[in-house]
Amino acid sequence: MIGSEGQRTGLGTLALYGVAGLVLLLLIAPIVIVAIVSFSSAESLTFPPPGFSLRWYERFLALPGWRRALWVSVQVATITMVLATLLGLLASLALVRGRFRGKGIVYAFVLSPMIVPTIITAVALYFFFVRVVGTGSILAMAIGHTVLALPIVVMVIASTLQGFDSRLEMAAFSLGAGRLTTFRRITVPIIAPAVLSAGLFAFLTSFDELLIPLFLAGVEAETLSVRIWNSLLLEVDPMIAAVSTLFVVVTMLVLGISALLRRAGP
Amino acid sequence: MAADGAGAAAPIVGTTPDQIAEARDRRRHLLLLAPPAILLVFIFVYPVLGLLGQSVYKDGITLRFYQRLFAEPVYLDVLWLTFRTAATVTLLCLVLGYPLAYVLVGLPARLQRLLLIVVVLPFFVSLIVRTYAWMVLLGRLGLVNELLRKLSLIAEPLPLLYSTTGALIGMTYALLPFMVLTAFSVMKGIDGGLVRAAHSLGAGRWQAFRKIFLPLSMPGIAGGMILVFIMSLGFFITPRLMGGPSDLMIAMLIEHEVELTLNWPFASALAAVLLLVTLVGFFAYSRLVRLERMFEGTR
Repeated sequence: MIGSEGQRTGLGTLALYGVAGLVLLLLIAPIVIVAIVSFSSAESLTFPPPGFSLRWYERFLALPGWRRALWVSVQVATITMVLATLLGLLASLALVRGRFRGKGIVYAFVLSPMIVPTIITAVALYFFFVRVVGTGSILAMAIGHTVLALPIVVMVIASTLQGFDSRLEMAAFSLGAGRLTTFRRITVPIIAPAVLSAGLFAFLTSFDELLIPLFLAGVEAETLSVRIWNSLLLEVDPMIAAVSTLFVVVTMLVLGISALLRRAGP
Repeated sequence: MAADGAGAAAPIVGTTPDQIAEARDRRRHLLLLAPPAILLVFIFVYPVLGLLGQSVYKDGITLRFYQRLFAEPVYLDVLWLTFRTAATVTLLCLVLGYPLAYVLVGLPARLQRLLLIVVVLPFFVSLIVRTYAWMVLLGRLGLVNELLRKLSLIAEPLPLLYSTTGALIGMTYALLPFMVLTAFSVMKGIDGGLVRAAHSLGAGRWQAFRKIFLPLSMPGIAGGMILVFIMSLGFFITPRLMGGPSDLMIAMLIEHEVELTLNWPFASALAAVLLLVTLVGFFAYSRLVRLERMFEGTR
C-alpha cells in the first residue's frame, strides 16, 4: 500500500523491516521467556532452563499466603466485574441513546479515571477510605477498581451500541412489544456479547492492577499483585515467574474469549 | 440545536405530545446515568478534590507546600529527573515505535492483524508482570548479560538492573504499545494514493516518504509522543523496581510522603502538580488524535 510496486527492495527497506521485526520480537520475547523459565527445574533463573518441572507452580500453590492472595484477587476482580459492568451498561445506554445537553462533557467525565494518573487516584482513595473504613477491605478495593474499569466498560459497550440498528427496536415497538419486552428480546441479545466481553476486561483490569490495593490492602487483604510487589522489593524470586505466567494466561483467556464473542456478535 | 435547547427548558414541556415524549425520554436517560455518576462523584471526584484541597489548606489557606516543592533543591531534582526520564522514554518509544507502525500499516490485512496482536498483548499483561520479566532478563546473571558475555563483548556484567538504564528500558517497553498504536491509527488514515502519486511523478521512495507520508503522519507522532510523555511522568511501579536508588521520580516521592513521612499535604501538592501537567498534556493529545472517533458518542 505504501511502497510502489516497481521499487526494488533496497538496503533501506531491509533495515526498516529489520528494525520493525526486532521491535516486535522485543515486545513479545520477555513474556515468552518468563513463561518458559517458569517451568524450569533449576534453582535459579537461567535461560534456557536445564530441564523442566512444575516445582515453581507447586511451591506457589503450597504457600498459604500466596493462595490467600490469589483468592483475594479473584474476589476483588469478581466484584469489580459485576459493579463495573452494571454501571457501565447504564452509562453506555444513556450516553449513546439519550438526547440531552452536555453529553460530550458527561462522556469525558465518565472516561476521566483513565486520564488521571493511577497513583493520584490511588492516593486520593487511600486518604478517603482510611477515614471511612480503614484498610484491608475487599469491597473498598473493588469499588476503587470499579472506578478504573468503568471507562473501559463504557468504551466497549458504547461502541457496539453505536453500530446497533435502532430500527429493530422501532419495529418491535410498532408490532406492539412494550419497552421492557423490546429491551429483553431485541436489545439484550444484540449487545450481550459486548457486555460480556466488557465484563471480562473489567475483571482483567482489577486482577492486574497494583496501585489501588497497594494503598488499600493493609496487611490482611493482600492481592496477588501486592504480594508480587512486596516480594520483588526484596529479590527477583524465580517463583514469581510461575505467578506471572498465571497472569499471562488470564490475559490470553480474556482476549481470546472476547475475540470469540465479537465473532459471535453482530 | 436551538430546538433541542428549547425542549430542555422544563417549564414549556407539555405543549405537544412529541415534546412530552422527548422530555420523558430525556428524563429516563438521565435516570440511567445516575448510578454511575454517583459512583464517580463519591469515589473519584470527591476524593481527588479532597486531595487537592488538602494541598492548599492546613490551618487556613496556604501555598507553603507548593513553595517547598519549588524551593528545595532535592525536590527540584526530582522534578527534573522525572521530566528527563519521561523525555528520554518518549524519544526511545518514537525511534522504536514509528518504524514498526510504518511497516505494519503497509502489510496485508491478515498479517497486519496478527502482528497487531503481538503489539497489543503486552499492553494487556499486568504491568508488574512485564516489569518482572525485564528484571529477569536484565539481572547480573540474566539472559542479556550472559549473552553479551558469551559473545565476549563484556567481561563483567553490566549494571542493567537497579540503574537508570533499567528504569528506561522497563518504561520504554511498557509504553511502546501506546506509541505504536497511536502512530498506526493515524497512518492507517493516510491515503496511499498520495504516496503512489508522488512515485509516479518521479519521487524516490525516501523522497515520497519525507515529503508526503511523514508530514501526514505528524499528528500520530505528536500524539504518541504526548501520550507516552504524560504517562511516563506518573510512572511508579517500573522505575521503583528497576531504577537505581537515586532514580526518584515524582510518583515515587508521592508514595514515600504518603507511606513513610506521612506528610499528606505535601504529597497532595506533588499530586496536584502531576495532575495539572497530565491534564494539559491530555488536552493537547485529544486535539491531535480524535479520541472520540474510536468510541463516537457525542453527536
